[in-house]
Amino acid sequence: MNLHEYQAKELLAKYGLRVQTGILATNEAEAGAAFDKLGGKFAVVKAQVHAGGRGKAGGVKVVKSKDEAMAVTKSLIGTRLVTYQTDAHGQPVNSVYVSEDLYPMQRELYLGAVVDRSSRRITFMASTEGGVEIEKVAEETPEKIFKVVVDPLVGLQPFQAREVGFKLGLTPDQIGQFTKLMLGSYKAFVENDFALFEINPLAIRENGDLVCVDAKVALDSNALYRHPDLLAIRDKSQENERELKASEFELNYVALEGNIGCMVNGAGLAMATMDIIKLYGGQPANFLDVGGGATKARVIEAFKLILADESVKAVLINIFGGIVRCDMIAEAIIAAVKEVHVSVPVVVRLEGNNAEVGAKLLSESGLDLIPADGLADAAKKVVGTLKEIVS
Amino acid sequence: MSVLVNKDTRVLVQGFTGKNGTFHSEQALTYGTKVVGGVTPGKGGTVHLELPVFNTMREAVDETNADASVIYVPAPFVLDSIVEAVDAGVKLIVCITEGVPTLDMLQVKRYVESSGSRLIGPNCPGIITPGECKIGIMPGHIHLKGKIGIVSRSGTLTYEAVAQTTKLGLGQSTCIGIGGDPIPGTSHIDALELFQNDPQTEAIIMIGEIGGSAEEEAAEYVKSNVTKPVVGYIAGVTAPKGKRMGHAGAIISGGKGTAEEKFAAFEKAGIAYTRSPAELGSTMYDLLKKKKMI
Repeated sequence: MNLHEYQAKELLAKYGLRVQTGILATNEAEAGAAFDKLGGKFAVVKAQVHAGGRGKAGGVKVVKSKDEAMAVTKSLIGTRLVTYQTDAHGQPVNSVYVSEDLYPMQRELYLGAVVDRSSRRITFMASTEGGVEIEKVAEETPEKIFKVVVDPLVGLQPFQAREVGFKLGLTPDQIGQFTKLMLGSYKAFVENDFALFEINPLAIRENGDLVCVDAKVALDSNALYRHPDLLAIRDKSQENERELKASEFELNYVALEGNIGCMVNGAGLAMATMDIIKLYGGQPANFLDVGGGATKARVIEAFKLILADESVKAVLINIFGGIVRCDMIAEAIIAAVKEVHVSVPVVVRLEGNNAEVGAKLLSESGLDLIPADGLADAAKKVVGTLKEIVS
Repeated sequence: MSVLVNKDTRVLVQGFTGKNGTFHSEQALTYGTKVVGGVTPGKGGTVHLELPVFNTMREAVDETNADASVIYVPAPFVLDSIVEAVDAGVKLIVCITEGVPTLDMLQVKRYVESSGSRLIGPNCPGIITPGECKIGIMPGHIHLKGKIGIVSRSGTLTYEAVAQTTKLGLGQSTCIGIGGDPIPGTSHIDALELFQNDPQTEAIIMIGEIGGSAEEEAAEYVKSNVTKPVVGYIAGVTAPKGKRMGHAGAIISGGKGTAEEKFAAFEKAGIAYTRSPAELGSTMYDLLKKKKMI
């Protein structure tokens, strides 16, 4: 789960981080009032969407008057912002953050933290090159990124923050501020189960103060059960509708751009099924894991989800019955096909527990289902059905 | 021989009397696993599946001399359960539970590393030595005692590899499902090392997926430390960037951890690999034939 910039800033401010102040606005009038309340000569209107790269996409604008703040807000709200991090449809802009103007700045730095899988530690990254994509800095000038690895036994220590501060070329006063900021972010990270945290840029203002200009926080979805306060501010409008619907039924669904719908048990096998469809010249329309405990109700919901995608021209069901019985799955498929209007070819591969019984049920159902023998045969057949349609 | 578990392994079940604990313990007992009891706090002194239930792991280990445990407790209690098993001196802890917070795993991994215990999982099917001991949720009947060691981040994909190697008569020495989480207790490299040192294992199938760099590190390890034939496979060639594909660890973040990078690492390390999940067994069969090992 991702937080909006304004939510991340509010959270980080609780941990003593100095953040650029702002007021959330959902319409012109609110934006105008926010401009007045901030009282500055200028302000910055920032679209609140779950995506980076907003500035280049026109989602962040400096405004010089109340009228301009209102006009910019009007032009943003209700639109979809397409950035290099979104898909072609972009993310809906439902609110803007009217923020204080911090310019001019002396320097723009970067501070981020992730759980590093190789070292199995929370790892901070700081850089003198703020305000740009950090992936680019990492690739082109890795020597400008300073890493700090935190041992979970003792947590982040002040000396580690000071070391980075010196490397960033900060003054003694700024090092004090930076240490406080980094320790605060670590505390926020562990207390709220962050998966990713980024302040980019971390500005040094003309007066020498450090301020977080943008903040990005992603939370570990496995840990949301212990953060009801954060779960309460989840903005579902930023998430894919079908993916949301899927999560209600404990289905793992990810929309893709192809035309072969997939229903598989197990995440690894679901990915492998997509891959083998591609290998045989087709394009998967989705990732869908119905899970180990696939029930009739879930199979029916899975079918509905797959078919809700209008680009789906054929469906591949791939079930490896480990603990789950294939005859139960076959019954669920039959029930689903009867309940949901299925007008596209459906290829079914059942393997494992009671596979023969399942296959028999399917063939005797009188439904137009195409049985497959093995993974390769299934992929070949489902791709084949599309070729027949084309020719 | 086999790795980590065999016919003498004595297993305790943490979360014994729950729905999952009960179902999978029954399956394990039917398979022939030496399940010696379980723990459910508050139900100590009772009997479940004709086996003793204990209140604490320490008590359970003292009474049964168990050397392994399997965890079915819900995710919020996993950290507690693993640490309890470590403190009770359990050598092998297999955690099946899915959905464990990553920061819990950071801590627990650190704790397990400083002990004499080994953790497998979480979010995994478990470990099986065919014909001897099944700890976890994998279907026992598809396995065949044999020569291939299998290590995988995915459950059902492991079953594919198992079914294919069974069909070809190669069989399996031990299969280790290391799980789909970003911080696994046992890594690909750990499993490779075990298989390399196991006389029964003649060759290894390594199944990875997108996310992280564990497969790249494993490929490096194979190059300098593994003399047995290895076949690799990576799931997720078609996965989009930045999306979590079911498993918590299966995500391409910041453009890193793609399937192509991992296949390239296999190529560089001279590991035989296949891009088809339907050819895990046949790729291994051909490789062994080429090496005149069958």
